[in-house]
Amino acid sequence: MLAGDRRALARAITHVEADTMIGREILRQVYPRTGRAQTIGITGSAGTGKSTLVGAVAREERVRGRTVGIVAVDPSSPFSHGAILGDRIRMQELTSDPGVFLRSMASRGNLGGLSETATGVVDLMDVFGHDVVLIETVGAGQDEVEVATTAQTTVLVTNPAAGDEVQSMKAGLMEIAQIMVVNKADLAGADTAVAQLRALLAIANHDAWKPPVLSTVARANEGVAELVDSIDDHQEHTRSDTHGAQERERHVRGQIVALVRAGLHREVFEVDKVNSLLDELVLEVAARNQDPRSAAGELLEALPKLWATPEEM
Amino acid sequence: MNDPNTTSGSVAEGRPIRVLIAKPGLDGHDRGAKVVARALRDAGMEVVYTGIRQTPEMIAEAALQEDVQVVGLSILSGAHLGLFPRIVEELTQRKIDDVLLFAGGIIPAEDVSQVEALGFKGVFGPGTDTRDVIEFVRENAPRRV
Repeated sequence: MLAGDRRALARAITHVEADTMIGREILRQVYPRTGRAQTIGITGSAGTGKSTLVGAVAREERVRGRTVGIVAVDPSSPFSHGAILGDRIRMQELTSDPGVFLRSMASRGNLGGLSETATGVVDLMDVFGHDVVLIETVGAGQDEVEVATTAQTTVLVTNPAAGDEVQSMKAGLMEIAQIMVVNKADLAGADTAVAQLRALLAIANHDAWKPPVLSTVARANEGVAELVDSIDDHQEHTRSDTHGAQERERHVRGQIVALVRAGLHREVFEVDKVNSLLDELVLEVAARNQDPRSAAGELLEALPKLWATPEEM
Repeated sequence: MNDPNTTSGSVAEGRPIRVLIAKPGLDGHDRGAKVVARALRDAGMEVVYTGIRQTPEMIAEAALQEDVQVVGLSILSGAHLGLFPRIVEELTQRKIDDVLLFAGGIIPAEDVSQVEALGFKGVFGPGTDTRDVIEFVRENAPRRV
């Protein structure tokens, strides 16, 4: 894979995505080599034109002579656990470009968000030698914030019609995005949306980087060059002498915390003894013999003991 | 991954099978391919649907990048004998020799043995029950990891 074999990259991604022992070993070994690529997350609600925008950004990066890795994440069905991975179909011409590698991934259990292993896949794309790695996620609920822990630069995409949505936008997301884009800016209300976002951002507390608000018409390739310029600016900021270390630490802390959180979830809810206790508590609370708070407290207190006793295989 | 929100826990059996569904050649009509894609999704598989007007090179390149276990080709135009060998050639060039290949659409009975000789393990004509396709894929898809 390090020698540029694309099939090896694809296979490595499969291992990392499935969190196999081989996948973990690969990541352990290649991680010291990460950091060369620009990693850019592009998120926003469904229907904002993200795929089209990602394709346009990729093409612009290619024009600038850069190689591009793309990780396109679509939600897995919470019922069947299957998924239609439909981003490639929107970026057809990139399939034949040898300077682009596109991998579609399902969110696998994280409703609308990224799978735990997505950061590892981004690392592989980085180490393989891509200059730029784009991560596209649907973003539903609070899960948009996950992409911010995976990418150095997070771009939030909205539409002009979403005026009210802008007002009620989840606070965490507004603070985490480094660049805002109003796509489909050829629709009515674009200028108002841009102005509203700028006003909101002026009030919000931001450190040294002031998130710009840009408008694009991805379909017509308008505003895309400016967006890439803005991404380059933020990338420079993250690597600067003054802010670089702080940004890097913030970013890495977020990654470790996210992975620990996922691990904790597994340590609790994938343990049979814990699930048995949970089933018992559910019955008690359903019958109103106990309130949910104390049931949860009881489970938490029981954890050390449950962990200490070996599992029946 | 166990979901604590159900008492039984809905766990996907192993890892989802990754499938590529593509329509090579000049077909404009893709309802059948979409029906199969959705059926496979409902059966718990991850389906990369690349749509119509795919060249052999695009199909093979997508299969490589996505590291799919299964490639399903849908064709209605009758160009299968011309296109399928080229697709197999492009896959071979990329050293992809371990995918399950199947075809669907309009493939006359007299051509089926030729298609199978190219490496296609299943050929599904019009009116195929999607459950048969699901069963076929589940039974024949190679393990990746």
